[in-house]
Amino acid sequence: MTSANAIELREISKHFGEVIANDKVSLEVKKGEILSLLGENGSGKTTLMNILSGIYYPDQGQILVNGKEVNIRNPKDAFDLGIGMIHQHFKLVDVFTAAENIILGLPGKMKLSMKRITEEINQLTLKYGFQLDPNKKIYDMSVSEKQTVEIVKMLYRGTNILILDEPTAVLTPQETTQLFDVLRNMRDDGKAVIIITHKLNEVLEISDRVSVLRKGVYIGTVDTKDATELSLTEMMVGKKVSLNIERAEPRDTKELLFVKDLTCMNKDGIKVLDHVSFTAFGGEILGIAGIAGSGQKELLESIAGLQNPLSGSSIRYLQKDEDAPQELVGKSAQQIKDMGVSLAFVPEDRLGMGLVGSLGMVGNMMLRSYKRGNSIFTERKAPRELAEEIRERLGVVTPSISTPVRKLSGGNVQKVLVGREISLKPRVLMTAYAVRGLDIHTSYTIYNLLSEEKKKGVAVIYVGEDLDVLLELCDRILVLCGGKVSGIVDARTTTKEEVGLLMTKNEKGGE
Amino acid sequence: MDSMISLIQAAIVFGTVIMLGATGEIIAEKAGSLNLGVPGIMYLGGIAGLVGVFFYESAAESPSKIVCILIALACSMTAAALGGFIYSLLTITLRANPQVTGLTLTIFGSGVANFFGGSLNKLAGGVGQISVATTSSAFRTMIPGLHDMGVVGQIFFSYGFLAYAAVIIAVLAQLYLSKTRQGLNLRAVGENPGTADATGINVIKYKYLATCIGAAISGLGGLYYVMDYTKGTWANDGTIEGLGWLAVALVIFATWRPKNAIWGSYLFGLLYWAYFYMSGLTRSSQELFKMLPYVVTIAVLIAISLRKKREDQPPAGLAVSYFREER
Repeated sequence: MTSANAIELREISKHFGEVIANDKVSLEVKKGEILSLLGENGSGKTTLMNILSGIYYPDQGQILVNGKEVNIRNPKDAFDLGIGMIHQHFKLVDVFTAAENIILGLPGKMKLSMKRITEEINQLTLKYGFQLDPNKKIYDMSVSEKQTVEIVKMLYRGTNILILDEPTAVLTPQETTQLFDVLRNMRDDGKAVIIITHKLNEVLEISDRVSVLRKGVYIGTVDTKDATELSLTEMMVGKKVSLNIERAEPRDTKELLFVKDLTCMNKDGIKVLDHVSFTAFGGEILGIAGIAGSGQKELLESIAGLQNPLSGSSIRYLQKDEDAPQELVGKSAQQIKDMGVSLAFVPEDRLGMGLVGSLGMVGNMMLRSYKRGNSIFTERKAPRELAEEIRERLGVVTPSISTPVRKLSGGNVQKVLVGREISLKPRVLMTAYAVRGLDIHTSYTIYNLLSEEKKKGVAVIYVGEDLDVLLELCDRILVLCGGKVSGIVDARTTTKEEVGLLMTKNEKGGE
Repeated sequence: MDSMISLIQAAIVFGTVIMLGATGEIIAEKAGSLNLGVPGIMYLGGIAGLVGVFFYESAAESPSKIVCILIALACSMTAAALGGFIYSLLTITLRANPQVTGLTLTIFGSGVANFFGGSLNKLAGGVGQISVATTSSAFRTMIPGLHDMGVVGQIFFSYGFLAYAAVIIAVLAQLYLSKTRQGLNLRAVGENPGTADATGINVIKYKYLATCIGAAISGLGGLYYVMDYTKGTWANDGTIEGLGWLAVALVIFATWRPKNAIWGSYLFGLLYWAYFYMSGLTRSSQELFKMLPYVVTIAVLIAISLRKKREDQPPAGLAVSYFREER
């Protein structure tokens, strides 16, 4: 073991147009350690790591690998130095097999001998205890299998410095445990591991040291054993934040939305929702928990009129107190809107279903209002004012309200979307994974916005994945398991264990 | 029987032109370059070869066949590769819209070719007067002793060398794409350039080379048309353009596999010439028959779309500009 650092960054700066992603960041990574890189959304963590892996080239600064100054101009240079990065969005070719992806771009004999390559990969997976079929196509794989391919790809290339960008965001708890075991094996092998994550408990669990970035600036590094969730959060956001979600007792609740026997098929004819029934109350937050893909997406889309539920399904909405509730099933999103149903939807796929990436904030506001106005020209004044207001109130960081939203960081994109939906003054507000990929600070902004809506008497439906948050934020929690409702519990009295059990209740007996 | 044989012969000659065009285009498209300039590139390949040997034959006392062939091949492939280079420069480096650039290249290629072709005709003293007899006969020389072997000889051995070269090139392209490391890298560039880049593959280099080499091969299709099909003459009639579009259709028909382009091209040839061997067709109903290759292509597109087999889909990164610092 030499004493030289595996990686040393000195005063790295990187700009994207007017946006400063990194401002004179310095960082050290030792051999045989796991370093967590922590920071809010848009704090420049991913940019910094992309510089290290050769995706971006820094405007300024030095990079030292094993004590020697190097110039990383492209990903190949990074590979040659033993630096490998696993991106948030996997860099895999879908129509290739695992083995083909693993050897991609490597030098070697002109003719491919897939048999020998497969054997080599099998040896490697055996050594580290991975489960991987090298001949399986990527498009047939689950997220965690794809991640395994990525890691094996790096190991096959002799990577000594492994960078992981939010590796656990899409994994189940068991898969996360497996991943962490592998990372510890790698650390014990003397490799350096850098992990970018938002989940503080994981930072504390896996890493040896934590480095914090804030708004592109390096704040400091601490030993994990001296750190707590609170101290790290403070370093990250630069001010004390309360880690408690303000949860008011529901008042004046009234039944707004009645869902009964909702059944839905997906494209392949598999039942994704199976006789789901529940009632959503105005003035409360109804949490929806469940393992990813248990029917959450279809449930919200059914209510929004984007799915075709089977006959027998019923979603009724109470328009006025004195009237009978109206049926929504069988109506399109436009018809539902024309009926005067005041529904807002924050979908999971923000830039796909929620916003148009190449439009600015103003343009995106207009998506909801372009039908208003009397002349043949669109009404622009109100959307512009709304955009300014949202930017002001939610603290959206953007060079201008006309900057295309795809150029903003994930948290800011979500603020724009949530801000717009709330501005509609809905009576039912549905959010799907509203805080996915967001840092704590932004997450709490979103939680508080939802709580405010609840106080106004809105029925909030919150699909989430973090059980701690669900328990703290919601009033009731509906648990989905394999498309069925496995239970509706009171969030104030239930426990994580109870919800966790419900989430996996009929996994075996399910259809 | 005789008409059957002549239909097959016509189909193979016709098929060779579009097989070369399609093989080149498959290589380019596999690397993500949707080069719709194939017709223009085939024009460039055809005219450059013709001009090259025209001057050689009119300058030399007794032109040598080998030199004629080499000059024709070199001129044709260079000009076609240049067309590919223009496309690459515009779409890869300057990131112009690939479809528009391709269509422009088609117009450009046909304009350039017809300008020089027309001038050449004038120089030679009128349409049909261009004499590149040595070259044309060299391109149409059949394998001695085999082509007169009765029916077999007529069907299999009555063509110039480029007809066989086309099959060999297609087979080699197939092997290159599916069995070699470089071929794998090239396909990765076309499927997902970001991923290819992240694994250290030089995306820009692969795209440039695939587009230019692909164009050179497509250009040979134009050369074969000029030297063999029209026996070394030039007519400003737009036939090459029609053939070029069929080559593009063939790429889809072959589901981006050169091996399918081989039999697909002959099938297109059969379908295209079928009207000639049908009795009782009027001029307008002939045109209906000429549509057949396109109808078949549409049928294949529908079939692919219904089967949803991922391997039959176009490369995912086709016609998508790649820029590393995009965020």
